[in-house]
Amino acid sequence: MKWLRSHLVGIIAILVLVYLFVPIAVVMILSFNKPAGKFNVSWNEFSLDGWTNICGVPGVCESFLTSIQIGVVSSLAATVLGTLIAFALVRYRFRGRSTTNLLIFLPMATPEVVMGASLLALFLNLQFPLGQTTIIIAHIMFIISFVVVTVKARLQGMDPRLEEAARDLYASPSQTFRYVTFPLVLPGILGAALLGFALSFDDFIISFFNAGTLVTFPIYIWGAAQRGIPVQVNALATIVFISALVIVLVIQVRGQMKRKALSAAVVNPAAIDVLPRS
Amino acid sequence: MSTITNARNIEDLRLENLVKTFGDFVAVDDVTLTIPAGSFFALLGASGCGKTTTLRMIAGLEDPTSGTIKVGNADITRLRAFQRPVNTVFQSYALFPHLDIFENVAFGLRRRGIKDVTPAVEAMLELVELAPMARRKPAQLSGGQQQRVAVARALINQPDVLLLDEPLGALDLKLRRQMQIELKRIQTEVGTTFVHVTHDQEEAMTMADTVAVMNAGRIEQMGHPADVYELPKTAFVANFLGQANLFGGSISGRDGEDLVVATHGISMRLPSSRNSASESELLVGVRPEKITILDAIDVGKIPTGNNVVTGTVTDVSYTGVSTQYLVEAPWGQVLNVFEQNVIVGDRSEVGDPVVVHWAPEHTFGLGS
Repeated sequence: MKWLRSHLVGIIAILVLVYLFVPIAVVMILSFNKPAGKFNVSWNEFSLDGWTNICGVPGVCESFLTSIQIGVVSSLAATVLGTLIAFALVRYRFRGRSTTNLLIFLPMATPEVVMGASLLALFLNLQFPLGQTTIIIAHIMFIISFVVVTVKARLQGMDPRLEEAARDLYASPSQTFRYVTFPLVLPGILGAALLGFALSFDDFIISFFNAGTLVTFPIYIWGAAQRGIPVQVNALATIVFISALVIVLVIQVRGQMKRKALSAAVVNPAAIDVLPRS
Repeated sequence: MSTITNARNIEDLRLENLVKTFGDFVAVDDVTLTIPAGSFFALLGASGCGKTTTLRMIAGLEDPTSGTIKVGNADITRLRAFQRPVNTVFQSYALFPHLDIFENVAFGLRRRGIKDVTPAVEAMLELVELAPMARRKPAQLSGGQQQRVAVARALINQPDVLLLDEPLGALDLKLRRQMQIELKRIQTEVGTTFVHVTHDQEEAMTMADTVAVMNAGRIEQMGHPADVYELPKTAFVANFLGQANLFGGSISGRDGEDLVVATHGISMRLPSSRNSASESELLVGVRPEKITILDAIDVGKIPTGNNVVTGTVTDVSYTGVSTQYLVEAPWGQVLNVFEQNVIVGDRSEVGDPVVVHWAPEHTFGLGS
C-alpha cells in the first residue's frame, strides 16, 4: 500500500504513455505482418513484404508523393506570405492593423468541413478545374494563419535594441535585416514551415472536397479502408512517424548541447573570471 | 595599440537648442551644450529626466523635434544612425546572440566594407582583455565580460563620440566599481569623447571630467564633479548629487566678503561669491560631511565666525568609515551630519544635546 502510494504518479504516467503510444506501435508492428485476409487487423505471420515491396500496391506511392509535393509547395508559399504578414503586423502601425490581426485567426477557427465546402463552391462557381492546384490554394490559405502566429511570436520576443545596435554599427536597413533580424527570426520561420508541412500532409477534409479526381495519401487511405488497407500503408506511415521523431530528437539534442556548453562556461571559473588583469 | 588609438582630430560635440516632445510631453527641453573633444562627459539625472532621449538623439535613433546636433562644424542632425560617426554601448548591451564575440566586435567594420578585420578585432579584444573568448557566444559570457564586448564592439569603429547608456546598470556593486575603473582606463587609452548617461551620482563623479545634472528635460548645472558638488546652484542639484542641509532665510546684512543671512531666528554667514540666489530670499546649504558635531558643553571650542546650530541627536548610524547623525534643530528641521571615525572613544548618543558648526566657506546659497 505504502509502495503504491509513493509510486502512484509514476504508474499513472506510464499508463498515459502506453495509452498514447499503443496505436502507433500497432501500426508499426502490423507493417511487418502478412495479413491472412484482406484486412490487416490481426497478427498472422512475419513478413517484410510491406517494406521490400513498398510501392507494390497500385496508387500507394503515387498518392504519397502527391501529398509530399502538395505539402512542400503549400508550406513554402504559406511561409513566405505568412512571414511577410507577420513583419507587417509587428513592425508597422497602419489602418486596419488590429482587424487584420483578428481576421488572420479566422481560418484557424473555422470548422474544416465548412471551409472545404465553401472553397469547393467557390472553385465550382469560377469553373476552376479541381486538382492539385486547388488543394494547394486551399492549404496555403489555412497554413498562413499558423505561420503568422508562429513568426509573430518570435518577432515580438526579439529585443528591439538588437536592430538599433545594428543600425548604430553602420548597417543600412537592408543589411540590418539580412545580418540581424532575419537570422534571429529564422528558427521561428523554420518551425512554421515544418508545422505547415505537417498540417498540409495529413489534411483530409479540405483536400477531399477540393481534390477532384486527385488522390492524396490521406484520401488513398480513406478509400483503401473500405476494401482493406494494404500493409504498405503501415510501412509508409512508420516512415513518416520515424522521420518526425528524428527531427524532434535532433533539435532536442542540439538544444541540450548548447545548454551544456553554457553551464560549463558558468561553472568553469576560468571562463567567468571577471577581470583577467595581467 | 596603434590600431586602436585615434589618430584623427576628434572634434567637439555640440547640441544646440535641442528639443524632443512626445505628444504633449516635453522630454528634452531646449538643451544647448558643448562636450569638449576627448572628454569623459556624464549626463546625470533621475529616470525620465530626458537623459536617455538626449543620448538617442545623438545616436540617431530618435529624431529631434527641433534643434541641431553637430560634430565639429558638421551638422549631423538629419543623418541616419548608420551614417553617423557615433557609436553606442547599449543598456543591457544588445550583443547579437547569434554571432560569436569576434563577429560581434567585427560587425561595424564589416558593414563599412573593411576586408581584413582580424588585426583590428584582435587588438580590440586585447584592449578589453577578452582575447581568449573570441569564439564564444555572448550567452556564454558573464555580465562584466558582455559589458566589455559591448564597449569593444562600439570602440573598434573609432567613433568621434562613444555613447554609453547606463552601461553598468545591470552589474552588481563590486563589478560596477571595477568596470568604472576599467572604462576610465579605456577612455584614457583611446582618447575618444565618452558621453555617459547614468542615474548613479557616485558613478558619474568617479568617472567623468564634466557632469551635467539634468532635470525635467533641462540641464540644471554643468561642470567639474567637484565644483558641482561643492557649489550646487539649485536645490535639485544639491539634493541629487549627494545630500545637503538647506535652511530657508533672507539676507539681513553684509560683513566684509560675507553675507549675513537670518534664518530661523539665528544668523549664518555665507561668502557672497558662493551665493547663486538673485533675490534676498534664499536657501543656505551645507554638505553633511562639512559639519562638525560637539557636545553642547563644548560650545566654547567653536572657532569664531562659524555657523552654529544647537540641537538634539535623534538617530546615530555607524557605517564603518563614518558615523551618520540626525540632529533635530530647535525649529524642528532634522540635519544630516557625517563624522569620520577617526577619534577613538565616545560618540554622541540619541537624546544628547549637541552643537553643530561649520565654516562659512563651506556654505552655499541657492535661489529658493
